[in-house]
Amino acid sequence: MAADVGGLTVRALTRGFGERTVLHGVDLEIPRGQFVALVGRSGSGKSTLLRAIAGIDHEVEGRGEIVAPDRVSVVFQDSRLLPWRRVLANVLLGLPRRGTEGRAAADRARAALAEVGLAGREDAWPNQLSGGEAQRAALARSLAREPELLLADEPFGALDALTRIKMHTLLRELWERHGPTVLLVTHDVDEAVLLADRVLVLEEGRFGLDLPIDLPHPRSARDERLAAYRDRLLTALGVEYEPALEEVAS
Amino acid sequence: MSDTALDIRLNTTSDTQPDTRRRVRRLGPGKRIPFTRGIGPLLLIGVWSLGSAAGRLDPRILPAPWSVVHTGWQLWQSGTLGPDLAISLQRASEGFAIGLTAGVVLALLAGLSRVGAAIIDGNVQINRALPILGMIPLFILWLGIGETFKISIIAIAVYIPIYINLSAGLSAIDRRFVELAETLGLSRWEFLRQVVVPGALPGFFTGLRLGVTSAWLALVVVEEVNATSGLGYLMYQQATYGLIDSVVLGLVIYGIWGFASDFVVRLIERRVLSWRQTLAD
Repeated sequence: MAADVGGLTVRALTRGFGERTVLHGVDLEIPRGQFVALVGRSGSGKSTLLRAIAGIDHEVEGRGEIVAPDRVSVVFQDSRLLPWRRVLANVLLGLPRRGTEGRAAADRARAALAEVGLAGREDAWPNQLSGGEAQRAALARSLAREPELLLADEPFGALDALTRIKMHTLLRELWERHGPTVLLVTHDVDEAVLLADRVLVLEEGRFGLDLPIDLPHPRSARDERLAAYRDRLLTALGVEYEPALEEVAS
Repeated sequence: MSDTALDIRLNTTSDTQPDTRRRVRRLGPGKRIPFTRGIGPLLLIGVWSLGSAAGRLDPRILPAPWSVVHTGWQLWQSGTLGPDLAISLQRASEGFAIGLTAGVVLALLAGLSRVGAAIIDGNVQINRALPILGMIPLFILWLGIGETFKISIIAIAVYIPIYINLSAGLSAIDRRFVELAETLGLSRWEFLRQVVVPGALPGFFTGLRLGVTSAWLALVVVEEVNATSGLGYLMYQQATYGLIDSVVLGLVIYGIWGFASDFVVRLIERRVLSWRQTLAD
């Protein structure tokens, strides 16, 4: 077991698809409660790493050791709400439904929906929600199971720019209130430096850079010091001119 | 490109009354008409009645609707129709119940386990290709000409469309939902209940509607080939005496049953699948 309960330890993790090795013996140590962003170009193996930690890569070959807490939640790029269940039932998926435990879970689910600003939408069908609302419902679903480790795979990648800004604030607030360990996979360097306390750069299956972001919150995207961090990350990613990054990486 | 841009500019500056709504070709079928499905059959009966009343339909070829109803009433009064209807309904519903259960169980086994698929799927595909009429002699040999044989044939006719469509529904379930269920730590039972069954319901309902119709079709076949009771038997017997009214009566009853059962299944479908927004809504 991990000495640091609630944190995440990955040792010598290798993953590959057939001939192609995607992760080359990755080591990673995240202390409990740290907010870490993982950036990398597409094909760098960041999603493969996250899926390995989440334990949903059954068909992928590889070895290595992963020590993760018991309660792990995953937020995907799409909201992945079941279209045939109402919003509240989606948040409650897999939680106890009967007795005292069931009532506690239902209370937690309602509270989580209220926290993400979806109070009153409990009985809506997922296809009645906007993209941003659906993604907030997905956040509430994660939150309601009180995760010790929150894995997020480009959770804001499909949202429009305005919604994304709101979601950044929301995610950071939720983290401050509930304090889970967070591993946020993103291709957006601005998002990484704005939110995370530490940014990892994954390049061709190995960590290229491990950069602590030592700035107080809330951070402003206009902060000069943020720009310095961003430039270091972009250099590590081999990008000179940043506006092209989003197109290249997506 | 530039031409269209110019056109739009010219339009907005013209003196004609501005249309506040942009015209876009509407591709959906439009507003719902109440009792849509009843309208066609009612029209058909109307044309039939008019044709008969005007003397344009030879009663030896197609008797008038009222004489069919009259024949039905007479047969009912004489105690011939009632028991035959009852036995037919019983056969159809027993065969349907067995076929439904078998179709659902087999599709779930084949859809949720690789071993199940390996054993079951190929055989069902072969069974699907076998004509029901061709199987009848073999089944009579195995089961005799009693009720068991008739119900078995109906069950076979029912389980195949249910199996095929439910299987299609199961394989159409998004893999991403399976992943989600894994990250949420759902038990196998919860996975079935929350993801698999609701996800496969649209396919299941298609199969159910086809299955209901198949039950009626198979019923006529088994009752006309080898029976001493039932609606099909009655029709067949009366036809040998040239009583065409009774034949039409039998067909009308089959039609009503088929229409009614389809209506019931659709009603259930609309309630159960209310989360869907489709072209039909």
